[in-house]
Amino acid sequence: MLDNVVDLSRLQFAVTALYHFLFVPLTIGMVWMLVIMEAVWLMTGKQVYQDMTRFWGKLFGINFALGVTTGITMEFQFGTNWAYYSHYVGDIFGTPLAIEGLMAFFLESTMIGLFFFGWERLSRKQHLLVTILMAIGTNLSALWILIANGWMQNPVGAEFSYQTMRMEMTDFAALLLNPDAQAKFVHTVSAGYVTGAMFVLSISSWYLLRGRNVEFARKSFRIAAAFGFASICSVIVLGDESGYTVGEAQQTKLAAIEAMWHTEAAPASFNLLAWPNETRMENDWQLSIPWVMGLIGTRSLSKEIPGIHEIMAQNRLRIQSGMLAVQALETVRRDRQNSAAKAVLEAHKQDLGFGLLLKKYTADVAHATPKMIAAAARDTIPRVAPMFWSFRLMVGMGMAMLLLFGWAFWASLKGNFQHRPRLLKLALYCLPLPWLSCELGWVVAEYGRQPWTIYGVLPTRLSVSTLSVESLYGSLAGFVGFYTVLLVVEMMLMVRFARQGPGSLGTGRYDNETAH
Amino acid sequence: MLDYASLKVIWWLLVGVLLVGFAIMDGHDMGVGTLLPFVGKNDTERRVVINTVGPHWDGNQVWFITGGGAIFAAWPLVYATAFSGFYWAMLLVLWALFFRPVGFDYRSKIDNPTWRSVWDWGLFVGGTIPPLIFGVAFGNLLQGVPFHFDNNLLSTYDGSFWGLLNPFALLCGVVSSAMITFHGGVYLAHRTEGEIQQRAQRWVKVMGLLWLGGFTLAGIWLALGIDGYVITSAVQPDALPDPLAKTVSRVAGAWLGNYQRWPLTILLPLSAYLAGIAAMLLLSGGRSFAAFWASALALAGVIGTAGISMFPFVMPSSSSLSSSLTVWDSVSSQLTLELMLVATLIFMPLIILYTRWAYKVMGGKVTAAYVRENNHSAY
Repeated sequence: MLDNVVDLSRLQFAVTALYHFLFVPLTIGMVWMLVIMEAVWLMTGKQVYQDMTRFWGKLFGINFALGVTTGITMEFQFGTNWAYYSHYVGDIFGTPLAIEGLMAFFLESTMIGLFFFGWERLSRKQHLLVTILMAIGTNLSALWILIANGWMQNPVGAEFSYQTMRMEMTDFAALLLNPDAQAKFVHTVSAGYVTGAMFVLSISSWYLLRGRNVEFARKSFRIAAAFGFASICSVIVLGDESGYTVGEAQQTKLAAIEAMWHTEAAPASFNLLAWPNETRMENDWQLSIPWVMGLIGTRSLSKEIPGIHEIMAQNRLRIQSGMLAVQALETVRRDRQNSAAKAVLEAHKQDLGFGLLLKKYTADVAHATPKMIAAAARDTIPRVAPMFWSFRLMVGMGMAMLLLFGWAFWASLKGNFQHRPRLLKLALYCLPLPWLSCELGWVVAEYGRQPWTIYGVLPTRLSVSTLSVESLYGSLAGFVGFYTVLLVVEMMLMVRFARQGPGSLGTGRYDNETAH
Repeated sequence: MLDYASLKVIWWLLVGVLLVGFAIMDGHDMGVGTLLPFVGKNDTERRVVINTVGPHWDGNQVWFITGGGAIFAAWPLVYATAFSGFYWAMLLVLWALFFRPVGFDYRSKIDNPTWRSVWDWGLFVGGTIPPLIFGVAFGNLLQGVPFHFDNNLLSTYDGSFWGLLNPFALLCGVVSSAMITFHGGVYLAHRTEGEIQQRAQRWVKVMGLLWLGGFTLAGIWLALGIDGYVITSAVQPDALPDPLAKTVSRVAGAWLGNYQRWPLTILLPLSAYLAGIAAMLLLSGGRSFAAFWASALALAGVIGTAGISMFPFVMPSSSSLSSSLTVWDSVSSQLTLELMLVATLIFMPLIILYTRWAYKVMGGKVTAAYVRENNHSAY
C-alpha cells in the first residue's frame, strides 16, 4: 500500500500519462496517412481514395476524442498535483506549453472540425489544405510538448534565482534547440507514424483475409506498408540518435539502461542480456558484445562511458557541494543582505539540486551525516532492472516491426500480398506492438530520470503539491474509474466500425452497408 | 523593449483577454450543452442543436487549454496555488470536461436511444459544471482564499473543499452559469430556426433576468458585506516578484476603490448591463448575430468587473494576508513575459482569422434536413 503523497502523485501521473499516450501516437501518425490518401484522391480523382480518407478519418476521430479528453488532464495535473514543480520551473516549462496552445493546438482543433464537416462546403483543394494544416498542427503540438519534456531531461538555458526562489529562463534559443528535445521529437513522431501505419496495415489485412472490400483494403495496405517501412527505419536510426544525446546529458540513464555498473576501457561493450542485481550492484551474469556500446554511446573508439559506480562517486561530490548551496540559500532567504552566503550560493549553485536530494533524509541539510550522503548518492541511480528490460523489449519490438514492414513493403511492391495469408495474419497479430513499445519508451525516459523531475535541478520528492493522502487516493480512483469506462467505450466503437469497414460511410459502394 | 512593470500589467490584461475569449467561444458551446436536453425534444432536434457547435467546440476548447498554459507561463504561482488549492473543484471541472469530446463524437455513432440520451446528459454536465465552478472560484477569489506560503514559496491550502461552497461564491456560480447559458441560447437562436429557435429565445429571457439580477445582488453584497484587500507597504511594480515581501490588510469597501481611482472603469459593470439588455432586445428584434456580439460584450463586462475590482490582487489570501498574490509578485521573469507577449501577438490574430474562416465555411442555419442528409457524417 502506498502511503505518501509523492508516490501516489507519481502513480497518478504515470497512469494518466501512459493512458494519454495510448491515443497520441495514432493521431500523430494517422493524420499524415489521411493527407496522403486525400492527396492521391485529388491527383487521381479516384473515388476510393476519398472513401479511404473518410473511413480511416472516422476511426481517427474516435481515437482523437480520447486524445483530447486525456490531454486536458496532463495540463491540469502540473498545477493540481505538482504545484511546487509548477512554481519552481513554470518560468521555463510553462512557455512551451502555452506556445503549443497558441501555435499548434488551436490550428489542429479548428481544422479537425472542418476536416469532418467541411467535405460539402470546401473545394477539394481547400479540404486538402485543411487536412494538411491539421497534420501540421498535430505534429507541432508534439514538438512543443517534447521541447518541454526535453528540458526536464536536460535543463538548458535557465538559472536559479534566490530572490524568486525558482529557475528562470536565460536563453530561449537553448531551450528551443535543446538536442534532447530535437532527438525526442523525431524519435517520438516517427514512432507515431509507425503506429498509424500499423493500425491501417492490420485492419486492411483483416479485410483481405476475409476477402472484403478488397480494392479498398489493397490500396490502404500499400500506403500503410510504404509509410510504415519509412517510419520504422526512421525510428530505429533516430532512436540511436536519441541514445547518443542521452549519453551526453544523462549518463545515468544510459548506464542504467545498459546495466553498466563499472566504467570499462573504451570502447565499452554492449550487454545484450544480463541479470542486474540491485543489492550487490553487479550483474549476476551477462552476455556482452565488445565495442558496440562505446560506438553507440559516444560515436568514438576512445571516449569512456562512465559506469554506475563512477557516476555515484561523482554525484557524492556534487551532493557535498550542494549541501553548501542549500545552507547558503537558507541563510540568504532569511537575510537577503548576507553577501558571504550569496557568494557561497553563487559558487555552488550548479549543485543545489543535488543538495536538495538530502531533504529526503533530513530537514537540516547542512548537518547531513556521511551515511545520508551515501544514501542520497545511491538514490541518484534509478532501479536498473526495469530500465534494462523495458529498453530491450522496446528495441526488440522495433526490430520485429522492421521485419514486418520490410516484408509488407516488399510484397506490396510485387503486388501479390493479398494472397499471402501468413503475411496478412502476422500484420494483424502485430497490431499491439507499436503501442507497447511507445509505452515502454516513456517508461525508459521518465522512470529513468528518477529521482528527478528536472534532471539535476529538482528532486521528484520536492515537486509535489501539499495534498492529503486521502485526496490522492480519491482522485486516483476517479481517474482509474473514468479512464476504464472511456477505454471500454472507445474500444467498443473502434472495433464496431473497424469490423463494419467502409460500409459505415453509407455510400452504397462497400460490403456491410447498413441503414446507418 | 517594455519595462517589467508594464509587462506585468499587459499580462494581467492578456490573461483577461484569454478568459474573455474562453467565455465567448467555449462559453457559447457550453451554454448549448446546458440547453441541449431542454431545447431539443427529440433525437433530430437534439442533433440539430449539437451540430450548431459540432465543427467548432474543439477549437473553442483550446481557449481554455491556452488560458491554462498562459497562466502557467505568466503567473506560475497563481497556477500552482489555485490548481492545487482548489484540488477537488479543478478535478470536477476536468472530469466534467471528459464528457465533451466523447459526447460530441460518439453520441450519434450508435443508433440507440439510451446511448444517445446518456451522452446528451454528458454534454449537459460538460457544459454546465465548468462555468458553475469557475463562477464559484471567482466568488472565492473576491473573498480571499485560505492559503499560505512558507519561506521557500511552497503553498499550502488551509481550507476545505466545502468551504468553497459559501453563499456568496454560490451566488457567483449562479451568475456565471446563467450568463454562459444565456450566451449559448443567443448563439443557438442565431444558428437554428422554428421551434428550437423559439425555445432558445425563451431560455435567453429567463437566463438574462437571472444573471442580471444575480450580478446586481452580488455587486451590492460585494460593496456592503465583503472586505477588500489593500497593499499597505510601498508598491514596487518593477521589483523582482516576491509575494512575501509586502504587507496587506483587509479593508471594508476596498474592492470599490479602483472605481474612485479610475472613474472610467465604471464602464465595465455598466457595459455588462447595457450589453446584456441590448442582447435581449436585439434577439427579440430578430437580429441574432448582433445579439451574439452584444452578449459577448456583456461577458467581457462581467469578467472585467471582477478583475478590476480586485486589481492589483489576483488571488488574495484570507489566512496569511501577505501571501496574497498580486499582478506585481506572482509573475514570471521579464524575459518569459516578453517572449510570451511576442508569441501571443503573432499567433492570436492568426487564430482569430482562421477561426472566423471556419465559422464562415460552416455558417448558416442548421436544420433537420441538414442532419438527415448528413446522417453518417454529422454528429
